[in-house]
Amino acid sequence: MSDSTPQTSAPAGPIVAGLTPAQPESVPAHPVRARWVPLWFAVLWANGKARVGIVMLVGFVAVAVFAPVIEPHDPQSQSFDASLGVSGSNLLGTTAQGQDILSLLIRGTRTSLIVGLLGGVFSTLIAMLIGMVAGYLQGWVDEILSFFINLALVIPVLPLMVTIAAYSPVRGISLIIFIIAITGWAWGARLKRSQIITLRTRDYVTAARFAGDGAIRIIFREIMPNMTSLVVAGFMGSATAAIAAEAGLEFLGLGDPTTISWGTMLFWAEQGSAMLTGAWIWLLAPGIALALLITSLTLINFGVDALSNPHLRGD
Amino acid sequence: MAYFLRRLAFFVLTLWAAVTLNFLLPRLQPGDPARSILSRLGQNRSITPEQVKAIRLMLGIPNENLLLQYWHYLGSLAHGNFGLSYSNFPAPVSHLILQKLPWTLVLVGVTQIIAFVVGTVLGAFAAWRRNSRFDSVVSLTSTFIGTLPFFWIALLLLYVFSFVLGWLPNTGGYGGPPIQPGLNTLFLESAIYHSVLPAVAILITAPIGWIMGMRNTMVQTLGEDYIRLAWAKGLRSRRIALRYGARNAILPSVTGFAIALGAILGGQLLIEQIFNYPGLGNLMFQALSDRDYPLIQALFLFNTVCVLLANLLADVLYGVLDPRVRRGGSS
Repeated sequence: MSDSTPQTSAPAGPIVAGLTPAQPESVPAHPVRARWVPLWFAVLWANGKARVGIVMLVGFVAVAVFAPVIEPHDPQSQSFDASLGVSGSNLLGTTAQGQDILSLLIRGTRTSLIVGLLGGVFSTLIAMLIGMVAGYLQGWVDEILSFFINLALVIPVLPLMVTIAAYSPVRGISLIIFIIAITGWAWGARLKRSQIITLRTRDYVTAARFAGDGAIRIIFREIMPNMTSLVVAGFMGSATAAIAAEAGLEFLGLGDPTTISWGTMLFWAEQGSAMLTGAWIWLLAPGIALALLITSLTLINFGVDALSNPHLRGD
Repeated sequence: MAYFLRRLAFFVLTLWAAVTLNFLLPRLQPGDPARSILSRLGQNRSITPEQVKAIRLMLGIPNENLLLQYWHYLGSLAHGNFGLSYSNFPAPVSHLILQKLPWTLVLVGVTQIIAFVVGTVLGAFAAWRRNSRFDSVVSLTSTFIGTLPFFWIALLLLYVFSFVLGWLPNTGGYGGPPIQPGLNTLFLESAIYHSVLPAVAILITAPIGWIMGMRNTMVQTLGEDYIRLAWAKGLRSRRIALRYGARNAILPSVTGFAIALGAILGGQLLIEQIFNYPGLGNLMFQALSDRDYPLIQALFLFNTVCVLLANLLADVLYGVLDPRVRRGGSS
């Protein structure tokens, strides 16, 4: 309890300074953001672990963007002999369907990054909307929204995911992103709700209220910029969870098995009895790729922690 | 008292919401749900009249209005009637669930208890010796293993210990025909032998949450004023660590543990599927591939109710352990 004050006040510092001038609604949003973004990134970059993570993530993004250029073969093509070992033409061998493993791995980066990005964005948006409205308005709106937050927290996620996927008429990446978004927002909503409760009594909020601003404007234009670090941290957490969940759901066969992703690679490796044929690279490679991507996000998260908790800065 | 009543009210409300969600899920799809389920079942094989009957039983009479369907649905739940399985037609789904329950209960229950104890002790010790070599080894290892996809670890274990080395069985919960399930040594030996790999797969990742949680709370607890007072009073460090620090820091973990125990009953879907272990998780996976909707729904409901009960238990326990929650408002 006692340490919540330094956590919230420090990131708020520069913003409050920008917002305090007499009529908050007359202050354009741009200078606030322009001052915020460099600081946001500077704190991340100053953290050694986060820097390594950012470099790794940039590498993954580059691989995903330039996938068609980098990949040695067409990942869809099944023209090779099945289950080849390592060779000059197929650096990581081929699958039981005669696809080049390295090309699959490179193309699969796209799926993981897209799911991580969109799954993270959507669940963060839901979390923001519900958590912040609940925390700001309080009263019966809060009672109802908090009930939904607590409900979503206690309903077991994986069985819910499976049940929704079982009924869905379509299978594929968009379904997986949808499932991740509607099952993964509750923690973020709870954290944002509790932070906005500590922020809503600040002077600049009172000032905005006296200036006649509506609740939605106060929540999203006045308070939200002061919660950027929490929002970023929440997004990073959701994106990491989304990437892991995508792989798990695809592995269970809940996705579209023709999509190229690390999860479907593992699905096919198990279906194609990679273990019996000793095609260990087929099994190993997607897992290592996943682990590296999640490691890069975890490393960046160390920096995000420093962003939301100034006590951690400077190591 | 007000605290316990509030928690009880929350339990009743969430229970009602979960039951309603379970009712709505199949009906949220566009069109006549029964017809779309039938067309999806018909894609792979012909539909038997029994399946049509089971679907009608689950979804009610098609022309009935939604409120009446809901009323009948609540009625059959109250009678403990969860529907009939499509894939094993006349079998009630509750029967199938009870059959698989002991497997999951033992495997996941035992591993979760071990994981909780080991994780909490390691976390507390890491926090007590903060920034020591022990702390950094524990924290780094947990972070590293935490980044690995846990089902992939299970796949690798299966590959190495079962397929390459051939030390342990790769599938099932017990051995072949001479062995009869029941309380005989042959069966128990075989069951334990078959559960080693899935148990290890769970135990590699499961303690991480408890380690991190306990370490973080305990670091915070050890910074409190009453700890400083305890040092100033000259209490022995062992007493401060256990009675003052760990005892308070363990509170959030207790709630988490109760919920984890409730979630056991859902089984470890991925782990059970990988090792083809005959528990509830595997049952859900089977139901999913057979599109056995009543079974999927019953499993979802069963699971949710268990977690809700565990949650209620955790709240009550928390209120008993920590008088502050009872007196103060909600968190």
